[in-house]
Amino acid sequence: MKPLYLRAVGLAAPGLPGWAEARTVLAGERPWRPLPEEPYVPRLLPPNEQRRAPPGVRQAFRAAEDARSACELDFSTLAAVFASSDSDLAVMDRISRILAEPVRAVSPTDFHNSVHNAAAGYWGIAVGCRRVSTAVGGYDGSFAAGLLEAAALVHGDGQGVLLVAFDVPPPPLLRDRRPLSCAGSIALVLDGEPGGTVLARLHLDLADEVETTLEQAELESLRLGNPALRGLPLLSAVARRTPARLVLCHTEGCSVALRVEPS
Amino acid sequence: MNPLAVSHYTVTTACGRGRQALLDALRREATGLRLCRFDAAAPECWLGEVEGLDDPLPARHAAWDCRVNRLLALSLRQDGFEQAVAELRERYGAARVGVFVGTSTSGIEAAERAYRERDRAGERLPPWFDYRRSQSIHVPAEFARLLLGLKGCCLSISTACSSSAKVFAAAARAIRAGLCDAAVVGGVDSLCLTTLHGFNALQLVSADICRPADARRKGISIGEAGGFAILDPRCRGDGPVLLGYGESADAHHMSTPDPEGRGAAAAMEQALATAGVRPADVDYINLHGTATRVNDLAEDRAVTALFGYRVPCSSTKGWSGHTLGAAGMVEAAVAMLCIEHGLMPRSLNLQERDPQLRGAIVEQTRQEKVARVLSNSFGFGGSNCSLLFGRAA
Repeated sequence: MKPLYLRAVGLAAPGLPGWAEARTVLAGERPWRPLPEEPYVPRLLPPNEQRRAPPGVRQAFRAAEDARSACELDFSTLAAVFASSDSDLAVMDRISRILAEPVRAVSPTDFHNSVHNAAAGYWGIAVGCRRVSTAVGGYDGSFAAGLLEAAALVHGDGQGVLLVAFDVPPPPLLRDRRPLSCAGSIALVLDGEPGGTVLARLHLDLADEVETTLEQAELESLRLGNPALRGLPLLSAVARRTPARLVLCHTEGCSVALRVEPS
Repeated sequence: MNPLAVSHYTVTTACGRGRQALLDALRREATGLRLCRFDAAAPECWLGEVEGLDDPLPARHAAWDCRVNRLLALSLRQDGFEQAVAELRERYGAARVGVFVGTSTSGIEAAERAYRERDRAGERLPPWFDYRRSQSIHVPAEFARLLLGLKGCCLSISTACSSSAKVFAAAARAIRAGLCDAAVVGGVDSLCLTTLHGFNALQLVSADICRPADARRKGISIGEAGGFAILDPRCRGDGPVLLGYGESADAHHMSTPDPEGRGAAAAMEQALATAGVRPADVDYINLHGTATRVNDLAEDRAVTALFGYRVPCSSTKGWSGHTLGAAGMVEAAVAMLCIEHGLMPRSLNLQERDPQLRGAIVEQTRQEKVARVLSNSFGFGGSNCSLLFGRAA
C-alpha cells in the first residue's frame, strides 16, 4: 500500500492534555506526571448539542479539537472516522436500568446518544460537514480498526480523513466486565498526498505479530487502560522523530504493522 | 469504480430463512410483520420477529449465546453461504478475506436481561453476563469471523440504520486499498427493549402496521434480521454487482433528518458518480422509507431533486419491518433479488398515497426487467448511505 501522510495529531489522556504539551513526555524527554482532570466542553458545538453531548462524545471532541488547533487544514473538507470500543456505556447503563423498571420511560436524549455513531453525528453538526462520516468498533483493537478504515478511505476513495479514537471508562456496574481505567482519545489527520506540512509517513501492513508496548510504565498502563490509547506507540514514534516499526493490536490472529518515518 | 461482483448472498427476516423466502414473500405480497407484545411493558405493536431463535447456540459457542448471535448463526446457515465462504477461503487464503459487519445494537438484549437479574442491592450483574461476547458492538463481526474461519481484517460498523449499507462501501474501498482481496459483508440486529422503548419514547413506533408513503402512516414497525454477502473481485459471471456507493452526513440533527434531504441527495449523487451512471439509468429505487412522516418527506425531496418524478420507488419495510442496523443488508438483498428476478415490489400496506409525496411510488408490484437498483439507508446522527446494484455485463 502507498504511504499515509500524517498531517496533524490530537491527544487527550491523563497527564497528556494535548499533543503540543504531551510530545516531550511521549518522546521520553520529560517524565509523565498526573494532572488534575477537568471536564471538557467542546468549543465547536452549538449550545443545544453542547448541552446534550455525553462524556464519550466530549472525549472524542477533545482530541479532534486539539488536532484542529494545530493545523491549518479546513476540517469540513475531511471525511471522519470515529473509532470506539464502547462509545458511552453510561448512556447504555441509564437505559438498561430504566428498562429493568416496571415503567420503561427511556429518555429520548439518552436514546439518540446511545447510537455508536453519536460522536460522528455531533461532529458533522459541529463542522457543518456532509462528507462521508462513519463509526467503527473493534473492542481492544478499535484504534487499529479506525486506522484501517481511514487508510481505505485515503487509498480506496481518495479522501483526506480525520480519525478520532476515543473511549471512556464504564459506570461502576460494568467495571468488572469491561475494566477501562481512564478516559482517552487520539485524533489523526491523514491523507495520501505528499507535500505540505507532514509530521510523518506511515506504511501500513497486516501482520500476525505481538503488539508493541511502551517502555515508560505509566504510559504503558494508559495504553492498556483504554482501547483508544492503544495508538500511543504511534504517537510516541512520531514524537521521537526517529524511524520506527511498531505493531498495533487489531483482532485475533491479525495485527496492524506500521513503519513510521517522521519528517 | 469497477463493478464489484457479489458472488453470493443470503438474508433471513420475519419473512423467513434464506433469500427464496424473501423473494416468495415479495411476490405474494405477504408481510412478515405480526401484531404482538414483545414486552409486557410496551404497547402492542407490529413486529418483524424471526422464528426459531429460542434454542441456545451449541455448547462450543455457549459463551457467545444471545439473541443477536443466534440470529447471526441462523442467517449464516442459509443458502449454502458457509460453503461458499469455505471455497473463498480456499481460493484467497483465510488471512486475505476481510469481514465487515454492521449492527446498531449488537447483543444489548443480553445486557438488558443482566440488568433485570442484578443482585438484591442492584450493584452486581449476574456471572453469566459476558460483555466481550454479547453487548460489545464488535461481537457480530468477531462471531461471524470465528464461525467462518477467517483470519483477515475485521471491521464493525455501527452507524444506526445505515450500518450494514456502509459495510459494502467499507469493504469495496478496503479491497481497492489492498487491505484484503475479497470480503464477507453483512448486517444483523435483533429485537430488544432498547430500540422498542427508545423509538417509542420518540413517538416513532406505530400501533398500526407500518405504511410507508401512506397518508395515514403513523411510524415504524421494528423488525430483526441477519444477512451476508460475498464481495469477490475475481468472480466472473452475470450475477449481481455493486456498481457504486455514496455516503454522507446530514450535519443537521441527531435524530431528525434534514427536511431538505440534502445529505440524502448527496449520498445518492455520489453512488451514481462512483458508478459513472446518470439518474435516468436507474430503474428502481428501494427507499429507506421507514414510514415516519419526517423520513418519507425528506427522502422524497431528495429523490425528486435528483431523479425528477419518474423513477419508480418504494420501501419494502412493510414486509420485514425496519430492521435497523440490518436494514442496509436486507435491502441490498432485495435490490439483488429485484435484478435477478425482474421484480419491482409495491409499497406494501399503502392504502392512500400521501399527496405531499411527489416521487413515483410503486403502487402495484411490477414484473419487468430491472437492470439497476439504488438502495437507500439513513440513520440517526444523520448518517446516509446509498448503494447502486446492477448485473455484470
